[in-house]
Amino acid sequence: MAYLQQYGVYIAIVLLLMYNAAFTSNFISVDNFRTQFIQMVPVLIVALGMALVIGTQGIDLSGGAVMALAAAVIPLYIGYGLIPAAAMAIFAGCLIGVANGAMIAFIGVQPIVATLALMVAGRGIALVVANEQLKSVTNPTILSLGRNSIVGVPYSVLVAVILVAVVALLVNRTTFGKQLVAVGGSRRAAELAGLPVKRILMTTYILAAALAAVAGIVATARLGASVPSTLGNLIELSAITAVVIGGTPLTGGKVKVVGTVAGALLLQLIAATLIKNNVPDAYSQITQAVIILIAVYIQRGKLAVR
Amino acid sequence: MITPTGTPRDATVLEARGVTKRFAGITALDNVDFTLHPGESLALMGENGAGKSTLIKVLTGVYQPDAGELHLGGTTTTFARPLDAQRSGISTIYQEVNLIPLLSVAQNIFLGREPRDRWGLIDFKQLNENARTLLDTYDIHVNVRRPLHRLALGMQQMVALARAVSIDARVVIMDEPTSSLEAREVETLFRVIGLLRAQGIAIVYVSHRMDEIYRVCDSVTVLRDGKSVHSGLLADLPRVELVSIMLGRSVEKTKRESLTAFGSARTSSQAPTLIATDLTRKHQISGISLEIRPGEVVGLGGLLGSGRSETLKALAGVMKVDNGHVRVGGRLVKNGSVSAAIRAGIVMLPEDRKAEGIIPNLSIRDNIVLAALPRLSVGGFTSRARQDAIVDVFMKRLRIKATSSSQLVSELSGGNQQKVMIARWLAMNPRVLLLDEPTRGIDVGAKAEVQALINELADEGLAIVMVSSEVEEVVEGSARVIVLRDGSVETELIGDEVTEHHLLSALVGEPITVTKELP
Amino acid sequence: MSVIVPEAGLPTTKRFDRETLALGAQKYGATVVLALLVVIGTIAFPTFASVSNVSNIATQSSFLVIVAAGMTFVILTGGIDLSVGSVFALGGVLAAYGSTFGSVEALLLPLVACGVIGMIQGFLVAYVGMAPFIVTLAGLLGVRGIVFASTNAGSNTPIVSDLSFKAIGQETLFGVRWPVIIAIVVIIVGTVLLTRSRGGQSILAVGGSESAAALMGVAVARIKFSVYVVSGLCAGLAGALNAAYSSSGVPTVGAGLELSAIAAVVIGGTLLTGGRGNLISTVVGVLLLSVIQNLINQVGSLSSSVQSVVSGLFLAIVVIVQTILSRTQRL
Repeated sequence: MAYLQQYGVYIAIVLLLMYNAAFTSNFISVDNFRTQFIQMVPVLIVALGMALVIGTQGIDLSGGAVMALAAAVIPLYIGYGLIPAAAMAIFAGCLIGVANGAMIAFIGVQPIVATLALMVAGRGIALVVANEQLKSVTNPTILSLGRNSIVGVPYSVLVAVILVAVVALLVNRTTFGKQLVAVGGSRRAAELAGLPVKRILMTTYILAAALAAVAGIVATARLGASVPSTLGNLIELSAITAVVIGGTPLTGGKVKVVGTVAGALLLQLIAATLIKNNVPDAYSQITQAVIILIAVYIQRGKLAVR
Repeated sequence: MITPTGTPRDATVLEARGVTKRFAGITALDNVDFTLHPGESLALMGENGAGKSTLIKVLTGVYQPDAGELHLGGTTTTFARPLDAQRSGISTIYQEVNLIPLLSVAQNIFLGREPRDRWGLIDFKQLNENARTLLDTYDIHVNVRRPLHRLALGMQQMVALARAVSIDARVVIMDEPTSSLEAREVETLFRVIGLLRAQGIAIVYVSHRMDEIYRVCDSVTVLRDGKSVHSGLLADLPRVELVSIMLGRSVEKTKRESLTAFGSARTSSQAPTLIATDLTRKHQISGISLEIRPGEVVGLGGLLGSGRSETLKALAGVMKVDNGHVRVGGRLVKNGSVSAAIRAGIVMLPEDRKAEGIIPNLSIRDNIVLAALPRLSVGGFTSRARQDAIVDVFMKRLRIKATSSSQLVSELSGGNQQKVMIARWLAMNPRVLLLDEPTRGIDVGAKAEVQALINELADEGLAIVMVSSEVEEVVEGSARVIVLRDGSVETELIGDEVTEHHLLSALVGEPITVTKELP
Repeated sequence: MSVIVPEAGLPTTKRFDRETLALGAQKYGATVVLALLVVIGTIAFPTFASVSNVSNIATQSSFLVIVAAGMTFVILTGGIDLSVGSVFALGGVLAAYGSTFGSVEALLLPLVACGVIGMIQGFLVAYVGMAPFIVTLAGLLGVRGIVFASTNAGSNTPIVSDLSFKAIGQETLFGVRWPVIIAIVVIIVGTVLLTRSRGGQSILAVGGSESAAALMGVAVARIKFSVYVVSGLCAGLAGALNAAYSSSGVPTVGAGLELSAIAAVVIGGTLLTGGRGNLISTVVGVLLLSVIQNLINQVGSLSSSVQSVVSGLFLAIVVIVQTILSRTQRL
């Protein structure tokens, strides 16, 4: 059981790759992998933030709404260039993070409801900002972010790789990272050790929102359009799944960055395998549902009494 | 509803014979005997970890004993689960009111046994009437339709008691029932206990308050280290005797026994590092003032519930006080702020090391540097070199036994975990070290090491306050003992007065007339 | 109501009053806001109080009322059910399939299937001990997947063919549409069960304090299991009625319904942590959401997305008030 907990996701990836190498035509190819990586970028970036939040024993359901808000903000400022537009989009996303963090850290609202409220309100705000309109994005810089590559690596994948590295560094090498897992491991003990628990929680939710906003920017760049009505819909569910199957326990106190990447990759591979074998997309949803239950069950380790 | 029994006095209602209960190699109850007669009120006494709560859980079906048997009304019986015990007439009321706060008084009393009309629906009129009748029997007046949480705690406890006896109870076990009650509420409780006993219901009363024990109980069973060490009538047993049985120390010992290097004369004439004035918090502590000098180890004596842990918590900023203040080096420390206390140099090793001390999912290194992390970082990034410099020093100096500093702290023994906690605070260069049960749950060898370490730290000029339920540890380890009782300072023992005899009598307090109000 | 209570003489009297006020605000806040909105709507828009508009609001609300009723049971035990939107869609699709066999099948098929889904979720929560939100999250995904898998990725929309089943969705009795009548029946039956049965008392007890309820002899696992079954049944019933109303089982319907249902329950005044609440307040919560939407539509110039902003903020405010209240109340 402990072995499965730790390496299950990697074993599953290897098995899937082996299966596809043997039975799925055109699966093992650079082009296909490039496509798969590009497709998993938004989920991966949202999952990175989710991993941090889950590390504090929390949850964040507002990731998709933040993506939508970021998408809605981009067309407003894209006239000034990609950087100012991206900055404004991230700033807007962070405001949602502030609202989440304030409710959770300072008032003590359960994370699931606090972020649920922002999930509903956030998408509404995004639609109001966008005047409920789908806008195509024509700025060449942002389009190239979605379409072009550098030495064969798509820019969006590069962004994801950089963010993975940053979050890994944050978790493993910074004071904040250590404090975050300490709060998730035992909030009471962290308080008694004099840690600024509320500030740590607040920062975590803001970081998660900022990451989701980046995911929104990247997704918008790839679509070539700002689609606040559907962008990132239910992405938080995939993100939670990726985090959990990557070995980060829902009970907090641990953040597995590489595991989260593997979790997102596994989800992507399952979807791709099913699609390439002409299994309807609906079955990948069912599979994801079963996987999330298995992953949580394995994490629990033992049956509850009665 | 209540069955008055005419059972003769010599019959037993509940009896435990040779009950043994082990947990993962630790014997929590060792061949314990226990007898209860109808209408009897028996005090179950013992310090923390003596096995009281385990015994209660065996009697109420929460645990099943590994050996020994229970007799109920003369016949052997087993309780597979709490409900079985309840149905057999053994009810329990807990320190924390274990009822549903949002339901009404009547709903709580009859939950699961509500009277129903011919449609099978709950008859609330009847329900409320039954509740009122029941409460009237005990002269308890309360609106039975009120949600429970709107009542004062004492009244909630009465409702719990009413529920307990309404299930045809023959035995009512009360676990620290008065710990959060006002003096007036305690009186009501005692009156109800009297009425219950008159009906032949037997009471098992667990409390640390001597006054209460001597007032409502007629016999006592004392547990120590999982064994029943004494059973008998309370009237034959002076208080000092009872406490010495509980603590396992003989009253005759008058001299300090410094067999270990621990302790010795560790007084100091320097200006006090810490001055606390008039610390007060409702129901917990009242008007506690103390001074601690550099290089001094001060023991904080007191039985469980005397306010000893609460005092430490108030000093460490963990518990906000309603009144009073703490100064370190003359400067006021912000009330109720842990980080302010740490900045001022006050640090505390909490009593519950596992829940409040260590962060189990982190390594030894991470646990040691946790509080000092900002100082050991460069621009927010942790510096492994700086951390290791500190961690290595403390692991060597405190002789922390582990495979490496990367080992998970939860894998260490209790003693080594405690050393990790001490290392965490020493890394902060504290001025005042507060120790709550520093050697609890630690094996003998590690215990001596920790005690030696405390002395060493005092020699280096730290001001140390130590709480321990072991009389021996307090007497041998402290130059001065401040004795707390019922939340306030009872007396202070200095120099030659620091003996087990003096401490024992101080713990019990001067004889108190039964009419004296509790704080 | 006010019998003299001896302990009221404690020095907590002042806090008591403030508490009562805050409690009242939480209990009746939604009702007051609803009343205000109705008054404003009636004055501002002549069409608001018209028979057709009121009937419209009632019909639109009836499906959510049934779903939210099931959700109320779950939330009262301190749980949550995120799967109701997908189960709602499944109920609709199965009702449409079933209607090809007859009206009884059209109603039974969705109820049985959705009841089974509720049982699976309830089992995982109550007996395996998994977190309700993760179990029902998987339910949200998985059930929607089942719906899509059985409708060719949502491109097939099964049509309700049975006329008498269609009538359940579209005909009226004394001028009231059947879904509204059924919703009222669900609320009445649910209210009786909740307030007048031992099972209902146990639900409140489990939500109020699980450990105390267990010590008091309540079969905690069985209670938790049953509320997820109730929620599944309610969502399936609502989905079936919606299919009858719209003459088809649309596979994409009900997305985000779980959020509206949770919002309605919480806004109505049911404690999210469980233990206190009732179905009438849930109805008020649903009506409040519906009236806000209706008013926004009446204004015309406001985009309908303002509605999600308003209900999201409303939800946030209500949970903040609840959290602060529960801290002052020794809960």
